[in-house]
Amino acid sequence: MAAGATRPGEAPPPAVELQGIDKWFGTNHANRGIDLAVMPGTIHGIIGENGAGKSTLMNILFGFLEADGGRILVDGEPRRIRRPEDAIRAGIGMVHQHFMLVEPFTVVENVLLGAEEGPLLRRSRAKARAELGRLARDYALDVPLDAVVHDLPVGLQQRVEILKALYRGARILILDEPTGVLTPAEADHLFRILTGLRDQGRTVLLITHKLREIMAVTDRVSVMRQGAMVAHRETAETSREDLAELMVGHKVILRIDKGRARPGAPVLEVRDLWVHDRQDVPRLKGLTFDVRAGEIVGVAGVSGNGQSELLEVLSGILHPTKGEVRVGGEPVLNPAQGRSLGVGHVPEDRLRVGLVRTFPAWENAVLGHQRDARYEQGGFMRRRRIRDVCRDWMRRHDVRPQSCDLEAGGFSGGNQQKLVLAREMEHEPGLLLVGQPTRGVDIGAIELIHKRLVALRDRGKAILLVSVELDEVMALADRILVMFDGTITGEVPGEGADERRIGLLMAGIAEEAA
Amino acid sequence: MRDALPAWVELGLLPLLNLAFAFLVTGVIVVILGENPLEAVELLVYGAFGYGEAWGYTLFYATNFIFTGLAVALAFHAGLFNIGGEGQAYIGGLGAGLAALAFGGGSPFLVLPLCVLGAALFGAVWGFIPGWLQAKRGSHVVITTIMLNFVAASLMTYLMVNVLIVRGSQIPESAGFGPGADMPGLNGLLNLFGLDVGRSPLNLSLVLALVCCVLVWAFVWKSRPGYEVRVVGQSEPAARYAGIVPGNKVILAMTLSGVLAGLMAVNEVLGAQHRLVLGFSGGYGFVGIAVALMGRSHPFGVVLAALLFGALYQGGSELAFDMPAISRDMVVVIQGLVILFAGALEHMFRPFLTGIFVRRRDAAPAVREAARG
Repeated sequence: MAAGATRPGEAPPPAVELQGIDKWFGTNHANRGIDLAVMPGTIHGIIGENGAGKSTLMNILFGFLEADGGRILVDGEPRRIRRPEDAIRAGIGMVHQHFMLVEPFTVVENVLLGAEEGPLLRRSRAKARAELGRLARDYALDVPLDAVVHDLPVGLQQRVEILKALYRGARILILDEPTGVLTPAEADHLFRILTGLRDQGRTVLLITHKLREIMAVTDRVSVMRQGAMVAHRETAETSREDLAELMVGHKVILRIDKGRARPGAPVLEVRDLWVHDRQDVPRLKGLTFDVRAGEIVGVAGVSGNGQSELLEVLSGILHPTKGEVRVGGEPVLNPAQGRSLGVGHVPEDRLRVGLVRTFPAWENAVLGHQRDARYEQGGFMRRRRIRDVCRDWMRRHDVRPQSCDLEAGGFSGGNQQKLVLAREMEHEPGLLLVGQPTRGVDIGAIELIHKRLVALRDRGKAILLVSVELDEVMALADRILVMFDGTITGEVPGEGADERRIGLLMAGIAEEAA
Repeated sequence: MRDALPAWVELGLLPLLNLAFAFLVTGVIVVILGENPLEAVELLVYGAFGYGEAWGYTLFYATNFIFTGLAVALAFHAGLFNIGGEGQAYIGGLGAGLAALAFGGGSPFLVLPLCVLGAALFGAVWGFIPGWLQAKRGSHVVITTIMLNFVAASLMTYLMVNVLIVRGSQIPESAGFGPGADMPGLNGLLNLFGLDVGRSPLNLSLVLALVCCVLVWAFVWKSRPGYEVRVVGQSEPAARYAGIVPGNKVILAMTLSGVLAGLMAVNEVLGAQHRLVLGFSGGYGFVGIAVALMGRSHPFGVVLAALLFGALYQGGSELAFDMPAISRDMVVVIQGLVILFAGALEHMFRPFLTGIFVRRRDAAPAVREAARG
């Protein structure tokens, strides 16, 4: 909309201009002569796969890293930005993917931190309060000022980050993967805030690897691939397919080719399942459903509505307070026994739960199966056997680099996920529980992972898929269960699912959706 | 995430650099005391390695440190900080001593295994208690092991003064063990190789310690239970996901840690004192923490670090004897400096070395550092 609102002739200089930015990490050329011009009063997206160099570029702009070559111009003036303070002085603010807030402090205290005037806080606090009130009005950035940050949901914590930047006079705001931690509703609100900021003349740089967000809010978009800037586009004149192709360098199929499901007998039977957390708050409230052999059942819902607990109970990690979980007719009691019943589990948090970050790939290849007679003999690990198996899986599941000795933490997100999937699938589970299979995974790997899941289904296995990416659930699932507040608010067939109806169910509006 | 240094830097250069700095600071202190630091080093090295008996004492002390260092190292792999090696060794000595007092007259081939078993068992109990308390009751191992050190000390004082003391004696020590409970010295064996360790108490426990090193290595890196212990140490959520009950591994690791610490008493009680005396554990359990830190929790590293501390103990006492300006307390200061640089200030040179040797792949650590600063 606002893009190109100012016509050439009296065009102002770009709010930010990068000329020939180069950055090396050892032998890795992370940024290759990047040129970028961001016009004032626009939302400019930067998209690229994981590891394309987006974050490096933004860290250079914000002064966390120093470029090996190139120039940075702010409002047409060349600037030396060597530390974040320089960037802030130049009017640049950054909202990080992982928030940098002091959790036990209140919102006002967090905003004030580092921007206090004088040793006594009273006056600066009053000033901050007034200023924050004004910002909240202007940009729909409502946050309870005296709430402790720790108690706020992530969506609001992010607003505090934005307020912090604006309070320091940022005219140019960088957001690094801002929606990674947000629910869809929170993301929508964030986008409204961003368009508000733009309409008031501020400039927004949005870093993301999600095409949907680029299409939804940006005016212009720049695509990065393998450290280089490969294209600049007006968002209105491009398409998801076009951008995806630019990102990956080859044509991606966003649709998944899959045949009809041929569901067989129920593999997973869940009956009146209740789970309470430590504070005795119910997290799952009497769930009842089946997953049959040869079908993918998707669980859609805003994160935090019981999906995580569901996966943990089904895999045996968490114990239900009431009700039962049966796999193949047998109750699931704990993870080890669940595995013996043929339950595979790709956990939501692969690096903290699904893998041991500091262990080499081969040791991770048998995590959870370490007592399997194929990998253990007389109490000792069968190292050679395990390494052979690991190499074989890495080759067949395209895990790169194909090094059994590399620590799990040394692989990229997509390859970590492929490693976990390889382990869980190669044990031919009768039931595979999958949580967020493609979170933080780049497009090439997403495609591969989706294909593998469909292939597993076609081999007659039952799959339960939990994902906050509605697109993913709709593309993969044969049936969709929608969760809200610990209950299943509705079931929708996967074929030709109605996004609006799912949206209503996700919001807990069951009657209207029915 | 910490950037990984090349192995030879992590395991070789960094500890050496830390050590060099400890000696540098020591040298400055020696100069201030008006002595020649080079001469002091010479005396220390000679005192530790200069002649056969010196070797004997150095290796004797090193044996103690291998046991207590291994104990701490093993617990580290489960993510546990066992501060209780001192108490576990002390109680282990009670186990060895009771067995020796009861069966000391018998044949060494029967009595010695019983005594070793006694030390292991009593140490195991003293390690099991904090392990169980953490696994089942959530009491942190650091707190409980520290407190159990005091419990062990009080218990032993009570037993020595009131129960085990020789009737009519004023000295709080037990009767001497029978000949069956004497750990055989290594002098005879070493004589074959032309080394005479003189009157030093070096004994077969050194061999036992080295065997324990191999066993710990095999347990931690080769065995399935060791694998599970390491998973727990690295990530409890991952352990639960893998069907491992973290509490069970905590108990296992602490019990084994207690066994290793308890075995230290074999060297000290059966190899040197031949009776139970007050305070024979002499702080070796605490130094074990530094040994494990410096040895990077690897048995091989533990042996090297134990040798270093053994040399400091033995060479240090010779130094104190030969150089009057340097008192026995000064030697403790030197040891303290080594512990300080190798243990507490372990990370001092790391950023510097990281800058030289590591090409950082991502900017995340830099971001976090910058945000903190």
